[in-house]
Amino acid sequence: MNDMTVQDPSRREFIKGSAALMGGLVIGFYLPMKGNRAFAAEPSVQAPKIYPPNAFIRIAPDDGITILVNKSEMGQGVYTSLPMLVAEELEADWSRIRVESAPVAAVYNHTAFGIQMTGGSTSVASSWDQMRRVGASARMMLVRAAALQWGVPQSECRAEMGQVIHAKSGRRLGYGALADAAAKLPLPVNVELKQPRDFKLIGKPTRRLDTPEKIDGTAQFGLDVHLPGMLTVLVARSPVFGGKVKRYDATEAIKVAGVQGAYQVPTGVAVAANGFWPAKIARDLLEIEWDEGPGAALSTPKMREEYLALAKKPGAVARKEGDAAQGIKDAHKTVSAEYEVPYLAHATMEPLNVVVDLKHDRCEIWTGTQFQTVDRDMAARVVGLKPEQVEIHTTFLGGGFGRRANPQSDFVVEAVQVARAMKAANKTAPVKVVWTREDDMRGGYYRPMWVDHIEAGIAKDGKPVAWKHTLVGQSIMEGSPFAAMMIKDGVDVTSVEGAATLPYMIPNVRVDLHSPKHVVPVQWWRSVGHSHTAFIVETMVDELAHLANRDPVAYRLDILPADSRYRGALKLAAKKAGWGKKKLPKGHAHGVAVHKSFDSYVAQIAEVSLANGKIRVHRVVAAVDCGMVVNPDGVRQQVEGGMVYGLSAALHGAITLENGRVQQSNFDSYAPLRFSEMPEVEVHIVESSEPPTGIGEPGTPPIAPAVANAVYALTGKRLRRMPFDREAHV
Amino acid sequence: MISFKINGKDAKVDADPSTPLLWVIRDHLQLTGTKYGCGMAQCGACTVHLDGKAVRSCNTPVSAASGKQVTTIEGLAGTALGKTVQDAWLEVDVPQCGYCQSGQIMSAAALLKEHPHPGEAQISAAMDGNLCRCGTYNRIRSAIQMAAEMQGGTK
Repeated sequence: MNDMTVQDPSRREFIKGSAALMGGLVIGFYLPMKGNRAFAAEPSVQAPKIYPPNAFIRIAPDDGITILVNKSEMGQGVYTSLPMLVAEELEADWSRIRVESAPVAAVYNHTAFGIQMTGGSTSVASSWDQMRRVGASARMMLVRAAALQWGVPQSECRAEMGQVIHAKSGRRLGYGALADAAAKLPLPVNVELKQPRDFKLIGKPTRRLDTPEKIDGTAQFGLDVHLPGMLTVLVARSPVFGGKVKRYDATEAIKVAGVQGAYQVPTGVAVAANGFWPAKIARDLLEIEWDEGPGAALSTPKMREEYLALAKKPGAVARKEGDAAQGIKDAHKTVSAEYEVPYLAHATMEPLNVVVDLKHDRCEIWTGTQFQTVDRDMAARVVGLKPEQVEIHTTFLGGGFGRRANPQSDFVVEAVQVARAMKAANKTAPVKVVWTREDDMRGGYYRPMWVDHIEAGIAKDGKPVAWKHTLVGQSIMEGSPFAAMMIKDGVDVTSVEGAATLPYMIPNVRVDLHSPKHVVPVQWWRSVGHSHTAFIVETMVDELAHLANRDPVAYRLDILPADSRYRGALKLAAKKAGWGKKKLPKGHAHGVAVHKSFDSYVAQIAEVSLANGKIRVHRVVAAVDCGMVVNPDGVRQQVEGGMVYGLSAALHGAITLENGRVQQSNFDSYAPLRFSEMPEVEVHIVESSEPPTGIGEPGTPPIAPAVANAVYALTGKRLRRMPFDREAHV
Repeated sequence: MISFKINGKDAKVDADPSTPLLWVIRDHLQLTGTKYGCGMAQCGACTVHLDGKAVRSCNTPVSAASGKQVTTIEGLAGTALGKTVQDAWLEVDVPQCGYCQSGQIMSAAALLKEHPHPGEAQISAAMDGNLCRCGTYNRIRSAIQMAAEMQGGTK
């Protein structure tokens, strides 16, 4: 995406001007002048001979089509799936489509959330109607322009492969030749969308549009942005969350060749240099005395004790049906268990980084972010500018997983604070703030640590009769701008998702939540609350199946409502894996789990063995029901990738604290799954005519319980703590 | 001044000899296809070829490159094998976020140079030092096998 560093004032002015004029149309299709007139006629804007200049589509005279995507590409494939939606209705020639990242403007806001952002596995679901309407509207305008030019009825013209065709006379015109005229037409009012049976692109496996630049080194990530005169900045941050600089001495640091200065910022001390390496050497030479504050008292074992004690007490009620306590007393058999899962770092392959060019009246930012509007507004506040004076260029994201959607805009705010501190010291160069791997891993905003307690009981017929689940962990919404929306009666809905939404038919259910407060910053992490609740719910349901002497798949099907979409995913995975039928090698066992998240249903069956106490996952068969599928190949990538992300955490992932200090620092102590550990994976898709639902995250939750249940099948031992490599299995 | 060849061109850089090759490539030569991931040879994102062998440039001092040939992802297509590996990557549609893929491709190309038809174990051993958080390992394996076949066809 070369245009991210290329200055394109005409486009920038257009977007700004248009945002101010229109304030966003309902359908998102969008022409930048009063009275729906194209800006081609606007005398003040000369530059691009590319029409029609609406917010999402630009058609060049040579028929090339640029689609501006308002979602961040972090691997999940939005630079392919969203253009597919537009191109389908536009009747475009797919080979002529290219993608550009949208600037920040109201028209690009998320259709459900009202800010420009990427997250919650919502990109396709929330763009499904919008992007198809954008494409259909443009197609109708192009057809109309052709009909007017030829003087024939519009009804005699049709669009196909980037051309409008008048079959009677054999005339045809490419979109490039029509775009100028089309852009001057009013927006169509009644936009009719295709029936699924007429789809040509949607539903077909489609190669990613961003692959070519990701295999030859030209794709631009935030870390690759370079501006003339730019300095690289590393920040020395407190070793303890919440700590502040008491005093510092940069004498030795600034002697390093290439170092330009050291500057105190709210998060620590920033060192600016000509490049990463001198900045790193100099930062290591800073002498800083910290006021560590209460965070220095934190340690994982102490927190664990606190959480275990809370798990025995009633908390805020997240779900209550019947009388769970009485139900357990009356049950034929009961089981009670405690579960623990640790803090987890997102550990994106690309560590956090931000480029800031701060001038007196404007601030330009280049970064891989999932949270454009929030970042822009927070940055504006830091430097005392208006939001419209702050411009964010979204680069490719070298992984996001939620980390790059920070409600406090932590990494953007800090970078802007660095630029502000340097400007105050008359150092006006653009800066690139780079986090080392260690900075990134110790920087907080983790998936919270959780301790859960469950008591459950079954009746004589084996059916579950009571379920009492208490969850203890920090709220990720507390203190964020979304707290009022997401915390109801003391229950952060993201804390209990997947637990309060337990799908099984159980007459007596109670789910309680404790949200202790600690200075460790926490945040959403791929699949959010589901990343922990699926493990606990799906291993406990498995336990109940065994308590009832039932097959775990058959048991689940028995206690799921008849119309539940969980069933389709579960049955398909069981069939494809040969559940209960396939003869597995000696020492291998299957484990199953099914979970709904982001409105999609994923079942996974893991084939597992143990060697010297080490878990080996040989094969994972997944089935997903995510409604209608836009790009089946993309869905397979996401379910497989989401599963791998969950498997890394299940087997190895843990962030722990001692004296307030994070004990992990790099990939040697926080180990993602490696190549040699990778299972074979099959992803099967449940046929559906329902609207599309999430796909970026739903592959993550079921793998931990599927593996834990397989280990139980092998050993008779229940795994109740993650990561599993901390437990002895044999 | 330290001199070496990078992607066939002469490079002369004024850097402390202990500076990791990675930062010379990225900051001095502004070839940004080679990525920083961990700084301690744990993730392989920084993999380049030094006289044809895969090395982690994040813990290779630039002095070690003196007088040698460095190949980065930007120069890989200059060899028939490199081009073949990239073609296979495109065909299998390997990348997701893409950040680790330069390093993956460089490791794969070095493997195929040494073992034109690598077995499963050889592939695993060669690729185990390259992390991918998006979970593209199986597609990487397929692409390596495809590249081996494509290469075999032209031998």
